[in-house]
Amino acid sequence: MNVRAIFLWLGLAGAASAQGFADLGASVEGFALPERGRVLEFPADHGAHPDFRIEWWYLTANLTGADGAEYGAQWTLFRSAIAAGGGAGWQSPQLWMGHAAVTTETTHRMAERLARGGIGQAGVEVGGEAPFRAWIDEWEMRSTAGPGEDALDRLAVSARGDGFGYALELTAEGPLVLQGDAGYSVKSAGGQASYYYSQPFYRVTGTLDLPDGPVEVTGQAWLDREWSSQPLAADQTGWDWFSLSFDSGEKLMGFVLRGGEGDFTSGTWIAADGVPTPLEPGELEAEPLERFAVSGREVPVVWRLRLPGRGLDVTLEALNPGAWMATSVPYWEGPVRVTGSQKGRGYLEMTGY
Amino acid sequence: MIRASLTALLSHWGRHPLQLVTLLAGLAMATGLWSGVQAINAEARAAYARAAGVLGQDRLDRLVPTDGSLTVSQFAKLRRQGWAVSPVLEGRVAGLRVLGVEPLSLPRGAAVPGMPGLASGALGEFLAGRLVLVAPETLTRSGVAEALAGMEIEAAPDLPPMTVLADIAAAERLLDMAGKVTALLVDPDRALPGAVPDGLELRAASAEDGLARLTDSFHMSLTAFGFLAFAVGIFIVHAAIGLAFEQRRPMFRTLRALGVPARTLGALVLAEMLAFALIAGLAGVALGYGVAAALLPDVAATLGGLYGAAVPGVLELRSGWVMAGLGMAVAGTLIAAGQGLWQVWRLPPLASAGARAWAMAAGQTRQMQALAGLGLLGLAGLALVFGQGLWAAFAVLAGLLLGAALVLPGLLALLLTAAAHRAKGVLAEWFWADARQQLPGLSLALMALLLALAANIGVGTMVASFRTTFTGWLDQRLASELYVTAESPDQAALLRAWLEPKVTAVLPIVWVDTALGGQPGEIYGVADHATYRDRWPLLQAVPGVWDMVAAGEGALINEQLSRRAGLGLGSMLALPGGELPVAGVYSDYGNPSPQAMIGQAEFATRFPDAAVVRFALRLPVAEVEGVAAGLRAEFGLDDRALVDQAGIKAFSLRVFERTFAVTGALNTLTLAVAGLAMLASLVTLSSLRLPQLAPVWAMGLTQRRLAGLDVARSVVLALLTAVAALPLGLALAWVLLAVVNVEAFGWRLPMQVFPGDWVVLFAAAGVAGGLAALVPALRLLRRRPADLLRVFANER
Amino acid sequence: MLHVHEVCKSYPTAEGTVAVLSGVSLDLAPGTSLALTGESGSGKSTLLHLVAGLDAVDSGRIAVAGTRLEGLDDAGRARLRRDRIGLVFQQFNLIPSLDVGANLAFQARLAGRHDRDWSRQLAEALGLTPVLGRYPEQLSGGQQQRVAIGRALAARPALILADEPTGNLDEASGDAVMGLMLGLVAELGASLLMVTHSERLAARLDRRLHLRAGRVSEAVAA
Repeated sequence: MNVRAIFLWLGLAGAASAQGFADLGASVEGFALPERGRVLEFPADHGAHPDFRIEWWYLTANLTGADGAEYGAQWTLFRSAIAAGGGAGWQSPQLWMGHAAVTTETTHRMAERLARGGIGQAGVEVGGEAPFRAWIDEWEMRSTAGPGEDALDRLAVSARGDGFGYALELTAEGPLVLQGDAGYSVKSAGGQASYYYSQPFYRVTGTLDLPDGPVEVTGQAWLDREWSSQPLAADQTGWDWFSLSFDSGEKLMGFVLRGGEGDFTSGTWIAADGVPTPLEPGELEAEPLERFAVSGREVPVVWRLRLPGRGLDVTLEALNPGAWMATSVPYWEGPVRVTGSQKGRGYLEMTGY
Repeated sequence: MIRASLTALLSHWGRHPLQLVTLLAGLAMATGLWSGVQAINAEARAAYARAAGVLGQDRLDRLVPTDGSLTVSQFAKLRRQGWAVSPVLEGRVAGLRVLGVEPLSLPRGAAVPGMPGLASGALGEFLAGRLVLVAPETLTRSGVAEALAGMEIEAAPDLPPMTVLADIAAAERLLDMAGKVTALLVDPDRALPGAVPDGLELRAASAEDGLARLTDSFHMSLTAFGFLAFAVGIFIVHAAIGLAFEQRRPMFRTLRALGVPARTLGALVLAEMLAFALIAGLAGVALGYGVAAALLPDVAATLGGLYGAAVPGVLELRSGWVMAGLGMAVAGTLIAAGQGLWQVWRLPPLASAGARAWAMAAGQTRQMQALAGLGLLGLAGLALVFGQGLWAAFAVLAGLLLGAALVLPGLLALLLTAAAHRAKGVLAEWFWADARQQLPGLSLALMALLLALAANIGVGTMVASFRTTFTGWLDQRLASELYVTAESPDQAALLRAWLEPKVTAVLPIVWVDTALGGQPGEIYGVADHATYRDRWPLLQAVPGVWDMVAAGEGALINEQLSRRAGLGLGSMLALPGGELPVAGVYSDYGNPSPQAMIGQAEFATRFPDAAVVRFALRLPVAEVEGVAAGLRAEFGLDDRALVDQAGIKAFSLRVFERTFAVTGALNTLTLAVAGLAMLASLVTLSSLRLPQLAPVWAMGLTQRRLAGLDVARSVVLALLTAVAALPLGLALAWVLLAVVNVEAFGWRLPMQVFPGDWVVLFAAAGVAGGLAALVPALRLLRRRPADLLRVFANER
Repeated sequence: MLHVHEVCKSYPTAEGTVAVLSGVSLDLAPGTSLALTGESGSGKSTLLHLVAGLDAVDSGRIAVAGTRLEGLDDAGRARLRRDRIGLVFQQFNLIPSLDVGANLAFQARLAGRHDRDWSRQLAEALGLTPVLGRYPEQLSGGQQQRVAIGRALAARPALILADEPTGNLDEASGDAVMGLMLGLVAELGASLLMVTHSERLAARLDRRLHLRAGRVSEAVAA
């Protein structure tokens, strides 16, 4: 996953440095920076990295009900630090934010939670009462993995908001995928980067709680883990991010960072067995086809994506074009259907519109 | 036509400027006192509203601990169980109320304007504890800057005075209360996930902040006084307007005869009255502003000292009370002029010019008045027996005062008739008969005087009773010679060890804040010591009360709690950790909150977390200085941490005096207004009285003698009124002490009488009567014989 | 100028209704004067009040300068008094808080017809010029009545109604006032209806009517 959700941190992270968003990319003030070549270690790197400014655990699921109706579900925990490091109780500089959503063809229900670090209201823990546990308030992503499995191989995920709730069981059917250069993901021509890995192979069963009653669902899910301290270049204004699972078993993660000196596109092609191939900058071509008016903005909800080298030419269409996240910092996040040279499903995120 | 008619109407005032001055002054004073009181109340209420509005206290429910202790980990646990609550940490440091909030979980409705929002660049500063919000006027108070050294302070006009709003992380550092939470705000947009957990209780949002409730009675008393002053003022206005109407009646008739339609005339007179009302109303509002500005600092000090309510000492001009003041002026004028206006409206152009002057109309009216007055007194009695609450108490007061006022003229008439019968000599007979004849014209003024005098006696008796009781109570209650507060439990332990060998006794003072009888209150742990056994001001107690308390088998409660919760000896008192029987009730003046005391051992069992940081020290008075100096030197304690008995007493008495400074001032002003009423009535009567005086003069009494007799008559009437005011004032005092105080403050005081004060007041009444009669008497003295003769030559 | 036809008026009293006027008729031509005489209680003042529109008839008709009074409301009758009628009372009824000058001009001002020259002329003719700045209470009775007459004439009314104008004055000043009034009425060309109990004064007018028990008992041409 890419620089998604950076906008969400404008208020909090930008405040810490008392500098504007434009300076965010350049300013690191005591925070650690990603280094190319550092080997990610698990399960330790599933946990939080308080010396980095921002971090997230980002789960999106494409689900289907017994009657064939399609659903999308999102569970996200963001961490943002006012300053590097820990601290006891309220004195901790770590802040947490959770987003959850359930999308149907006609509705999009969402909720947001905010919490301070240091007091136990929200956090991420590796080892402890479970091999892995991320939570904010009563929302939880808890590992149910057995011995010998990766902590993220099995997860129980739950959240609840106004008019919706869900409890999902996730089982990974493939390996963790390191994005970029073995988990070092470059975010701009200028060299801004983050640590980034994914688990895109989840098989899901579970229940959605909707106003009309519970809905049993099955489907697939994709978890992104990313942390960084200066993820954006100064002139980048927003991004479009795609995570697609094709019926062939292959997957594509791609993003477009929109900005002054031309868009920066990148991504990873993931083979059905999980072997990643990073895309060259500019290799992915993304073209918005149709826009939709939501919450006073025009957001592209139909896209054409091409990878000429791989003969990929697909059209993405939002399941529900109104999947607007009216959170502290708003963005668009929702499930898409894929047609064209490959068929499949996935998630689309768009910020900065 | 309109201009000519207006010229004629207004020319009256040009010929009778004193009447105009009386009318305007009376109206302005009435409006002024009323507006002043309302301005004070408005200022205080605005302060309460700000206090209540902070953190949406008026809109948000809260969870509060039943035993006074709540921790951050409990909060986090609740959040993880799905409770949408936000923590608040509240405490005091260096005279400041520190309010710590957690912006990320704070419900939308709770945000304080000026606090950085979630998307604001300043939020980071706030969360990092580098930014706090303070009311602008507080910034300049001494000590504030020092207490908040190193922080960026931003002015937030919506905060109450002396309140610091900070992030909870900064607040726990300022307050030295790491890991503590005072209350949890409940997000109204999310449903509660279950039953309220043990150790917590849900306190419903209340548009009335606790302060507003506590201080309600205080403000109601002020309003009642304001209204009394207004009523007294309206007596004057009524007298002046009535006379003006009467004197202008022939003019009205002539105008009608010369071709001014009744409707036009009525409208003109109404417009004239409204213009006066507005002019006097504006002057009154200005006067009220002055009164309020002068009294507000005292009121603010009272509210701060008595209720802990922070009210700014600076007055704002608020449209609310300004408009209300003008409205009262207009309403008062219309009430006072209603009868006259009606007559002008309906006056047939041929109405007899010989109608008796209004001031001389009498007999029947007086009987009707007396009957109505007796009826009101009866109603007051009924309200006393069957009524409940503060409003009933004020109904009793209103019935008592108004009833007595209405009965007064009849009573005086009876007295004067009796005096006339017993009088020896023709001059004495004439003196009394003439006094009786003057009665109708003076009765309004005398009623005003009665009310003012009774209020003076009543309030004076209450305040004096209170003062005597309070001073005695302070002597009992403040038995220890020195009170010392440590900065921390650790220092407290060191203090204790240091003190033990140097003083007779070290008595720990330990308490928790908790709900008692549904209201926020305190539970104290009391040491088993002779200091308490011998001197604690118990009102009621079971035998062996102190042994029971020491053994943890009984609790003492204050009078407020006993009255409000209806708890008597033997009643079971609900306390955290189980109920205890009430073993005694003690008086606790000056404290608005419920309070209970249990044995210190029992306290330690029930509240193991409560830290001991305060001690009362018993030691010979001669050694106080030395020990205090030692404490200062050894532990660096400042004046706030170390207080001697005399200091506390002085402070308490100061609070007390301020509490009644306002009532005292209003009382004096009311008396002044009543004096003016008297003067106005006598002046206006003096011209009407010429036909009555002229024959007496013709029969051989000098003008000097007549003038002297007039002054004497006025003094006698004032004194008679004062005599009548005495029982009324004592009744008033009794109602204030036994009913209003109990409702308002929760305590009842023994009534004590102070005849010395009465003598002063009687003298004041006599002097007021004499002074009021002086102007007309001087006028009479200066009249040329020709004026008196004209009475015979040119009767109406 | 004035037409009174079969006017009846009664008042309720403690002893029942008392008929004061029982069918009185009279006419007054422009520029002429008429004296109403009769005992106390004969109804002469009542008739004057009815003519002035100060009270309403029970039955019968009154027309002043062609205007029927019965059809007018209070405001209409007030306008008629203001514009057409000058009233002189026995008790003068000056406005005590206005000085003589203001009293003199008062009704003319009310009617919106204040004429400075005419007022000055009137004051001169009535001998009031030296006392214009004084207040009524500082004047003698005769002076006060002269002010009242001046006030009634200042607006140049078509009809003067006078109710015992000299009743409060001694004979000498009464005669003097009377002379002034008759002279000015004639000069103005107004009609005059005067109530008096004095035969001597009545004789100075063009015609006179004697009222007895609410009826015209005799009409005498001068």
